[in-house]
Amino acid sequence: MSQSIATETPGNATRNIAVIRSWAAPLTYLVLGLVALLGFAIGSPHAEATFRITDGSQKISVPDLVLGTTFIGWAGAIIMLGIAAYAFVLVRAGRKLARWMMPVFATVFVIAFLVWVIGSANTPNVYLSGLIAGSFTLATPLIFGSLSGVLSERAGVVNIAIEGQLLAGAFCAAIVGSMTGSLIAGVLAAIVGSVLVSMVLAVFAIKYLVNQVIVGVVLNVLVAGLTSFFFSTVMVGDSSKYNSPPAFDVIRIPLLADIPIFGPIFFEQTILGYGMYLAVFLVWFGLFKTRWGLRVRAVGEHPKAADTVGIKVNALRFWNVVLAGVVAGIGGAFFTLVTSSSFNKEMTAGQGFIALAALIFGRWNPIGAFFAALLFGFSLNLSFVLTILGTPVPSQFMQMLPYAVTIFAVAGLVGKSKAPAADGEPYVKE
Amino acid sequence: MKLELRGITKRFGTFTANDHIDVIVESGQVHSLLGENGAGKSTLMNVLFGLYEATEGTILIDDKPVKFSGPGDAMAAGIGMVHQHFMLVPVFTVAENVALGNEDTGVGGILHLEKTRARIREISDRYGFGVDPDALVEDLPVGVQQRVEIIKALVRNAKVLILDEPTAVLTPQETDELLTIISQLRDSGTAVVFISHKLREVKAISDIITVIRRGKVVGKADPGASAAELAALMVGRAVSLTLEKDPPKLGEESFKIKDLSVLAPNGQLLLDSVSFGISQGEILAIAGVQGNGQTELTEAIMGLLDHVSGSIKLGGKELLGRSVKQIINSGVGFVPEDRSTDGVIGSFTVAENLILNQYDKAPYARGLNMSPVVMLKNALKKITEFDVRTQGPDSEAGTLSGGNQQKVVMARELSRPLKLFIASQPTRGVDVGSIEFLHRRIVAERDAGTPVMIVSTELDEVTDLADRIAVLYKGKLVGIVPGDTPRDVLGLMMAGASNEEAESQSSTEGKEDA
Repeated sequence: MSQSIATETPGNATRNIAVIRSWAAPLTYLVLGLVALLGFAIGSPHAEATFRITDGSQKISVPDLVLGTTFIGWAGAIIMLGIAAYAFVLVRAGRKLARWMMPVFATVFVIAFLVWVIGSANTPNVYLSGLIAGSFTLATPLIFGSLSGVLSERAGVVNIAIEGQLLAGAFCAAIVGSMTGSLIAGVLAAIVGSVLVSMVLAVFAIKYLVNQVIVGVVLNVLVAGLTSFFFSTVMVGDSSKYNSPPAFDVIRIPLLADIPIFGPIFFEQTILGYGMYLAVFLVWFGLFKTRWGLRVRAVGEHPKAADTVGIKVNALRFWNVVLAGVVAGIGGAFFTLVTSSSFNKEMTAGQGFIALAALIFGRWNPIGAFFAALLFGFSLNLSFVLTILGTPVPSQFMQMLPYAVTIFAVAGLVGKSKAPAADGEPYVKE
Repeated sequence: MKLELRGITKRFGTFTANDHIDVIVESGQVHSLLGENGAGKSTLMNVLFGLYEATEGTILIDDKPVKFSGPGDAMAAGIGMVHQHFMLVPVFTVAENVALGNEDTGVGGILHLEKTRARIREISDRYGFGVDPDALVEDLPVGVQQRVEIIKALVRNAKVLILDEPTAVLTPQETDELLTIISQLRDSGTAVVFISHKLREVKAISDIITVIRRGKVVGKADPGASAAELAALMVGRAVSLTLEKDPPKLGEESFKIKDLSVLAPNGQLLLDSVSFGISQGEILAIAGVQGNGQTELTEAIMGLLDHVSGSIKLGGKELLGRSVKQIINSGVGFVPEDRSTDGVIGSFTVAENLILNQYDKAPYARGLNMSPVVMLKNALKKITEFDVRTQGPDSEAGTLSGGNQQKVVMARELSRPLKLFIASQPTRGVDVGSIEFLHRRIVAERDAGTPVMIVSTELDEVTDLADRIAVLYKGKLVGIVPGDTPRDVLGLMMAGASNEEAESQSSTEGKEDA
């Protein structure tokens, strides 16, 4: 044999990361920056937007924040286009985008948009603390919903049925709360209702290996149908008896509740509202700091590995899905025992799906899901507030806002979010 | 401790995977289970480890019968297992993986990983593993992941350690290190069950060898037995372990790759400026430990990947940037590495699978119509020619055994005139008898004047077939060496040493030529 030996010498494999240029982010920045330039800067209403921090009922009084739409519009547009240009330069040079870019851009955009939209409104004046506190209230069921998703999906069961769990919870809380007049009974009934939905999901997904997305979708439709049926046959007939649940009182912590902006968020809540903060912490702590959490995550990532160290994969999954039902049930009770005084047909109106989006946006992490749900709650509340203030933007567009934000979030524009490796895959012992 | 399997039988439906198997394992011994892929070794160990329930038979520990309803019971009884596919959670740290299922906790189940970390350090130091308890498992090389698996068993005080095909994923050097670790464990009193189909390793490490064929114990052998004897016992007939082939008659270098690079979607460089050529009538084998860019190399040539740069020329024509179909039509035959997912369509018949690459051409198709009769005739011919064991051309390909599926793929790809033949892991999971046959077919294709590229992680296969060997390491071409390069040189190259370094490091008998 006489071949010549060898071509390349093996340098150390240090140059292991190369660049695939992605123009998605800079292009998005550019488009949004141009929207800001045309809309907020050139299209400025040349007015002032007033943001009230306190409304006079608090002990501490803070002067109003008055911002000129023209100045903020131009400043915002210039900053955004600057970031877009910098992003183009970075991508062109084959470098990674800086981590601060997305949050800074988003914040600037939101501020510029807010100032523009308030300034253009018939009443260019908004109560900022109320806007934020309202966002928290609207976000609370979303947060419970996405915690339910975290609990279920971290263990490897896809939970599309959050919507159904919330709706079942809201319905049961309303009907049992009305009949007994007891808040505790209402919440317990909500939990039972939601857990029943969970159990159907768990049994079909874990025992009968049915496609989990399909079971989830079917459950949502089933719960919507059932609750609508009982609503129109039972509740409508005698709503004072069956559909006038008691409401949780707001517990105001003196002094602390007077802190501007933060007071109403953290210290002026119902029991369920305070419970939400506790739930976020407990789920986070449980998942990442305890034996239970280690096992749950193992089961969601690599069930066979968990099985070979003696963990009962399917039992753990089952109980986790049930626990997810408990959490979602409390979120459902929030609809009828806190925000609204009665149950209404399909009153969750797709919020279970927004909770699902918050879960993905928050990268299957309870803290992340909390902030994502807050973002959605804020855009939801903004659409309400702006409709009242009378904005130049048609109200239908405002109502699309939370869903548009959801699409942006889930489309992965803010970085890829990675599901637990075995999410949605049933575990079958050979 | 003495572990005894008595009359273990395991049936899956009508198929008997284990048929009355008796094995005795004692402390301070390495007991090898030798058998071909699919002989039932892994099934047996899964029964022992509580993953499967035996249909019949008993497991005895120190002569007392025990019953395992799950791996937890087996571990409590002092049995540890290192699975062929590691049972580690990639996104967990070493400590989290070791702790899993065996956690030290405080009040309310709060994790205390500190104790686990200390135990890992202690074991790691005692055996010289060099494992960092806080490293993420997905960042560790395969050899180290395997040590994590061993630590997992030792932390649970395993008295019997089962290693299921532990060397399949290792370089020859890592294999040597593993064998050293195994003998250390044996000397410290652990009973080791070593499952393998590789004669060399089994001979090197065993105290006792039990040979299993088609689910039955067919004999016990002494480690001193010759490889040919062991192979005959394992296969059930005399097999020739070496391939007879003539020296290659080299033609024009018609297949040329230049500066071929492949990027992963996340920007990682999977293949880094690889250049080589293959002449007509030559077999070039691509050697390397699994996951060093071989898959990407073949898939890039076949046009299956995005983010490919460089040049791939076949007979002067550029293949890069063409569609898979154009590449196939330019005369490239391709046997993919995973036949059951990429090679055949399980729910299609054997006859249909045999024409997947030319179903739309005459004589199999006329306009919009297909010609089932021609298809069937072709199938019958190929089934005879390649000795495919099937009930008939109408059987679903998914019902065939792995070896027979592989023959179907080979028959399809070799059934038309080729300008280039690429086979990835051509004999993985194929019984020894069929290996001989498939190897002869590959050599015949070479002798017909086709440039042939073989990708294999089995060093024996590489050295048997290759006229030249190209070694890949971390996506780079380490070097191209002659087909008769000694194993230890290849082993060092598979770990990243250049061929000059490898040759000077290994004190070989100087077979290399230049």
